[in-house]
Parts: sequence; structure tokens; C-alpha cells
Amino acid sequence: MNGITINNISKSYPLKKGKQEALKNIELTIPEGELFGLIGPDGAGKTTLFRILTTLLLPDSGTASVNGLDTTKDFMQIRKEVGYMPGRFSLYTDLTVEENLNFFANIFNTSVKENYHLIKEVYKMIEPFKKVRAGKLSGGMKQKLALSCALIHKPKTLFLDEPTTGVDAVSRKEFWELLRSLRAEGITIMVSTPYMDEASLCDRVGLIQQGSMMGVDTPQHLRNAFGKKLLSVKGPDMLQLLRQLQAMDTVEHAYPFGEYHHAVLKDAAFLPELPANIEVKEVEPDIEDCFISLMRTHAG
Amino acid sequence: MQDRAITAEKLTKKFGDFTAVDQISFEVSKGEIFGFLGANGAGKTTAMRMFCGLSLPTSGVATVGGFDVYSENEKIKNSIGYMSQRFSLYDDLSVIENIRFYAGIYGMSSKAIRVKAEHILKGLELEAEKNMLVGSLPLGWKQKLAFSVAIFHEPRIVFLDEPTGGVDPITRREFWQLIYEAAGEGITVFVTTHYMDEAEYCNRVSIMVDGRIEALDTPTGMKKHMGVGSMNEVFLQLARKATRTEN
Repeated sequence: MNGITINNISKSYPLKKGKQEALKNIELTIPEGELFGLIGPDGAGKTTLFRILTTLLLPDSGTASVNGLDTTKDFMQIRKEVGYMPGRFSLYTDLTVEENLNFFANIFNTSVKENYHLIKEVYKMIEPFKKVRAGKLSGGMKQKLALSCALIHKPKTLFLDEPTTGVDAVSRKEFWELLRSLRAEGITIMVSTPYMDEASLCDRVGLIQQGSMMGVDTPQHLRNAFGKKLLSVKGPDMLQLLRQLQAMDTVEHAYPFGEYHHAVLKDAAFLPELPANIEVKEVEPDIEDCFISLMRTHAG
Repeated sequence: MQDRAITAEKLTKKFGDFTAVDQISFEVSKGEIFGFLGANGAGKTTAMRMFCGLSLPTSGVATVGGFDVYSENEKIKNSIGYMSQRFSLYDDLSVIENIRFYAGIYGMSSKAIRVKAEHILKGLELEAEKNMLVGSLPLGWKQKLAFSVAIFHEPRIVFLDEPTGGVDPITRREFWQLIYEAAGEGITVFVTTHYMDEAEYCNRVSIMVDGRIEALDTPTGMKKHMGVGSMNEVFLQLARKATRTEN
């Protein structure tokens, strides 16, 4: 079977006292051709999972396969078939844009010409700078070059570790448009991000926090599973309103959400009593609401 | 001048023939939460460095806490706090050592530090962890501690450069609650972020495009003016106009 299969993977790192559990019993299946988003904050375990799937790290227990190949036994073959863009810029800063791309094509026994159609859309944005050393590029340009280098050997599966972190909203949008077009080429893509709003751009997402996969589903199904009545509330003094909501018996929890506060109700039948000058409306939960709710359940 | 924390009038910074910050003018009131937004490379960091007294403008006028950015930059440094995602606390010092170190730099007395440190640690529920190395704290705690340290010496203005990057959604909100409380105590907050929902938490926001301030308003006013529903759409519309590629 192609795609990605993860069976009960756990991984810890030793600390001076005890150990840090980076991944706890992760189960996940990603079918071939899916654009899968791994969503969670720093320290959730996203990078550890990427490193295991790209054969750079061994799990303590459990197994995983990528394109039908075992990550422990078939690691040499996996390395030929996957593209990996690590979170930290890992190209050669003293080679030019063009030299980096040619280098990666060469070590995979291919040429830039052969697979140019795959990188064309992203590479044309940096082509004017092809004689510039990679170290001199801006963050957004480096990101585009790294994607080009990860794609040049026509991988079946692409791993992108936080490609949009620290990138502004415009460049983020462009990058996601590129990913959608790669998905159309049939490449399986696993991408991690700390930005919850990017969830809606994925076919399915996994919400990960402190090494646990809290939920895996389509963004719409995750929202449907929220299961509580959610109110959006706004008033003249937002800090005071927040404290008021947090103290109410009818409110399970309340938190700022953009220009509103969101209040999750304990029971849909009991609405909180608020003054007339407070604007209240029922809203559909967002992925971030789901994440917050799952975090509370898992911590509780 | 009392009620103005920051003023800028045609403030400009050039590097050779490249104009990083191009005649920006605005005022930030005391106790205001001011969001300073812009695409990568729009000139935000360069502008922030001038306000922090770390870089001299090429032309224009600016004051921070009533002090002139050209001639009184040492006084500016004393009256501000600063934190960013990249640099905040020393990982290999303990919680209490970090507090003592930063407060000491700002010239606070040992006694004042002791009294206030207790108060802060209690508020953050970090009393039991005060002798732990900062590097061993979860990121969210670290960022909240970093903010408390940045305002420990009671600065008039605190500059926050992407303070919540990569932080989980619950901690991100607890962080903003700390920001609200600081503003309530009269500290002016000047903050940059890539999270557009956080732009909504600001009293006013400015959006920089190619070194200029393209828009400055309350989030509600900005959305109304552009006829869109969210700050994300406002940002995308304005930042799309950029002709400058990132520096």
C-alpha cells in the first residue's frame, strides 16, 4: 500500500532526570495522494514524527511505512522516494540557487530538465535570482528554493516541516496554493503547521499536542464533532467581559477569539444572562475552538 | 505630550539607496495596545529598531516615552521593555536568576527585585519552579515569564516582536490576557504578529507595505472601510499591493 501508515509509534528523549515523551502511541493512516496537515504548537512532537518517517530517527516502539516501505528495514529505498523539507533551512548557503538545485538533482541521479514541470510553478518565482547564493536569499525565497530541491527527484511522498512558520499571511497563502497544485500531481503530502487557520486547506488534519494525537479527521468532521453550543460575545469592555464570562456557571470556558470572545456552554438549554449592551450570537466552531476543547479534555 | 507614548513624523531609514522605512507618521497613546503589522520585508523590524533606540533614523522626527530617538536613545532604552520570540530569556539561567539579571540591568535595587519577584512568580504560578532552568520550562510558560520580565522594571512602553509564534492556542490567549492587564496598568504595548486574529485584540493597528504605512485604524474601522469580514482579508488586500520583494 502506498501513502503513509503509522502503527503505535512512541519515542522518548532522555533527560537528566527521567525522559521527555515526544510521541505517545501514534496511530495514523494517510492514503496515497492526500494533503494531510499535522497541526500543533512547538514541542507537540511534529518534527520527531517527520524524522521517524523520513528514516532519520528510530522509534522506541511501533512501526511505520512510507510508500509501502518499512521505515526501519527499507530506509535506503525510502530516502530515494521521499522529499523532505526540514523546519530549519538546510540547503548549502554558499552555493547559488541554481547550484543547489543541480546538486540535489545529481545526487538523486536525475536532472533539473527531466522534472522541471514539477517545480516550474515555484521555481519561476526564484529563477531571477538563480545566480544568487542561497545564504543571501530572504526567508520566503529560501522556502521556495527548499521546496524546489525537495521536489526535483519527483518524490512519491513529500514531507514539509513547518514551511510557513514566521512567514507573512500573503506568502503563506501563495505557498498553500503551490501545495494544492502538487497534490493535483498525485504526490502524497504531509505538512506540519502551528497555524490553525491552515487546517481548512488540507484534505484531513491531525491535531497533535504534547506527543498525543488528539484527533484525526477532515476539518469539517472535526468541527461537527465539537458537540457543544458556542457563543460569540462582544461588549464595550472586553477584559471585564472575559472575566465575567469565565466566572459564569452556565459557561464551561471562555477565551478571546479575534474581535469577539468565545464562550462554550455547559448545557445548550441554559444561556448565560448578559446585559442588553452585550452582542451575543451562536457560531460554528473553528478548528482552533476544536483544538482548545481537545487540549482541555486531554489535560483534564 | 504626556498622553503620547510614541510619536513619529516622516520617519525614514535608508540603507544606501534602499529606503527601508519611508516617511512613516503616527502616534500611539499611553496605555494603548498598538498592532504593528506588515509582510516580511515591509520594514517593521527596521522601524522597531529605531523606536528602541538601536538604530538612528536617516530623517524625520520620533519620540518614545517623550524622548528623542536621535539624542536621547539611552534614556529610551531605560524606559522601554522588549521581548521577541527569538530572544527573550537565558535558557541556562534559572527562573529567578533571569529575573534578577534583567531587573539588575535596569538598575532596580535587590530589595525591590525580591519583593516584586515573589509577586510575579505567584501570579504566574511558577513559585515551585523558581530554581528551575528556564530551558527546561515548556515554551508557553517561558513566553509568559519573558513578558513578565520585560515589564518587570515598569517600563512606559513594551515592544513585543512576534511574541506568540509557535505557542499553543490556550497559552497564546493567556499571553494576551497578560497584555491586556499590562495595558490596564498604563503600559503602552507595541506588538507585531503574524496571527491575524491577534490583530483584532489591538486597540489600533497599522499595516506597513513597502516601507510605508498603508493603513492605520481600529480593527473594526479597517474592516468596515475595506468592506471585508476579517483582519486576514484586510491584510491580504493591502499586502498584495507590495511591489518590493523581501529584503
